[in-house]
Amino acid sequence: MERDHEKVLDYPIPAPSALEPPQEWERLRSGCPVARVTLPSGDEAALVTRYEDVKRLLADPRFSRRLTGAGAARIAANESGGVFSSEMAASVPDGGEGHRRWRREVGTWFTAKRMTALRPGIRDMAEGLIDGMVEAGAPADLKAHLGFPLPVWVICDLLGVPESDRDRFSYWSDALLNLTRYTEEEVSAAQEEFFAYMSGHIERRRSDPGDDLLSALITGTTEDGAKLTDGELVGTGMGLLVAGHETTANMIGKMVAMLLSDRSRWERLVEDRSLVRTAVEEALRFDADSGIGLPRFVTEDTEVGGETVPAGTTVMCAMAAANRDTGEFADAGEMVLDRAPNRHIAFGAGAHSCLGQALARTELQVVLEVLLDRLPTLELAVPAGDLERVDGLAVGGLATVPVRW
Amino acid sequence: MKITVDEDKCCGAGQCVLIAPEVFDQRDEDGIVVLLDASPGEEHHDAVRESAQVCPTAAITVDEDA
Ligand code: HEM
Ligand code: HEM
Ligand code: SF4
Repeated sequence: MERDHEKVLDYPIPAPSALEPPQEWERLRSGCPVARVTLPSGDEAALVTRYEDVKRLLADPRFSRRLTGAGAARIAANESGGVFSSEMAASVPDGGEGHRRWRREVGTWFTAKRMTALRPGIRDMAEGLIDGMVEAGAPADLKAHLGFPLPVWVICDLLGVPESDRDRFSYWSDALLNLTRYTEEEVSAAQEEFFAYMSGHIERRRSDPGDDLLSALITGTTEDGAKLTDGELVGTGMGLLVAGHETTANMIGKMVAMLLSDRSRWERLVEDRSLVRTAVEEALRFDADSGIGLPRFVTEDTEVGGETVPAGTTVMCAMAAANRDTGEFADAGEMVLDRAPNRHIAFGAGAHSCLGQALARTELQVVLEVLLDRLPTLELAVPAGDLERVDGLAVGGLATVPVRW
Repeated sequence: MKITVDEDKCCGAGQCVLIAPEVFDQRDEDGIVVLLDASPGEEHHDAVRESAQVCPTAAITVDEDA
């Protein structure tokens, strides 16, 4: 195994097909728990793939996801790494007490109780989008018809953005996040329009508050009486889009594709709806393409898998590899629809684990329920092996999900 | 069975409430966990164990022997 430690792997590691994991994962987990890798930027990092190691590093409060420190590796050469970028932190109250207060306030909109209240509305949206897909006729791209619009619509609702403006929001979100697909002019135009729209929207909400997160943030009084600035309010909207749109959109597509790629899975769900909750968790665990993983900048020497990782190392935590670790999950390579408990770490781990996870779970469960009700005959319109991944680095997903029914 | 929760650890993810709503709730003000029943009946034990195991911050402790 010595040779493994010497070799520097190119990261991300290619996979045999869109839904399958790279074969190297198993070898790394068993023989090379801390692997040297080269990131797309050319910088070096340490790749961690075992469940226990990934989980412990993610939850360790000493290590930050902020890669702005001296010596931290860059992920991509043109650093605008979406979920990783420090701009995201800059657009919301940055660090310290301000950020904690803001997180608490935003967090109250993601409780289980709120989710129960949101569920019927999300169901209506999913029904409407599926109507549109059925009208367009088979074969259809489930990602374009359902996966992509639904999470933006949900975020629009949270922000109190009216139905008539949802499509504009979708476009802005796509242009702001998919920096590779749009020209520089398109991106900055979208940015300007988004900021102008949000400023006007905040003004309207200030004089006429509704029952939405933004109105609550505008009118809310906190213990220290401080108010969020307009910039921070716009940043909240942008932050939620950055964190909650592409991630959920892609996960809807991947979940449906995984369930249809072996149609006995789908048939089992059609027969037994009580499996929807655990099936969604299993799809999150089984997702072999959740993106490049989460970076952590190690600020003190720390031990991982029996080796010392020196201070100043950038560690890439590969959650998708950890989620396939046979040391944690029995039959890790099988999709077990009734797996419980399912301690997957698709949403990260510890205090920084995904704030929107209850919402993401609700959206995924509702989409699956509505599809099973409305289109029990759903199937992939291409062989699973022909599905293609999107290019993006931060968030993995399928380019299209062609289906018929 | 005896359950304890650590409010300082809880990040308000709500997993426990989704899995065992008869045993866990969340405060309206900040989403932090509220223990509704520290010694729930047998019928809730599986759901409680699952909640404790999947809680992202390990904020739930279950003493099986108490
Ligand atoms: C749009 C949403 C959000 C973004 C983009 C964001 C981003 C970040 C970033 C980049 C950091 C610094 C990196 C680190 O120390 O790990 C950070 C720190 C932190 N965030 Fe967030 N965050 C968001 C929402 C939240 C929410 C909703 C909460 C609370 C429920 C929260 C709580 C924290 C805490 C406690 C820290 C540690 C630093 C501190 O104690 O001030 N964040 N966040
Ligand atoms: C399937 C869909 C989703 C996946 C897989 C996902 C995954 C993640 C992951 C891995 C993190 C980083 C945790 C860390 O750094 O340790 C994160 C953070 C975050 N997510 Fe999600 N997420 C999803 C959907 C959502 C949604 C729908 C929202 C809200 C609308 C959201 C809001 C956030 C926020 C605000 C943070 C930053 C929290 C902080 O800084 O403390 N996410 N998510
Ligand atoms: S699952 Fe854990 S973190 Fe989430 S609300 Fe319950 S106790 Fe808090």
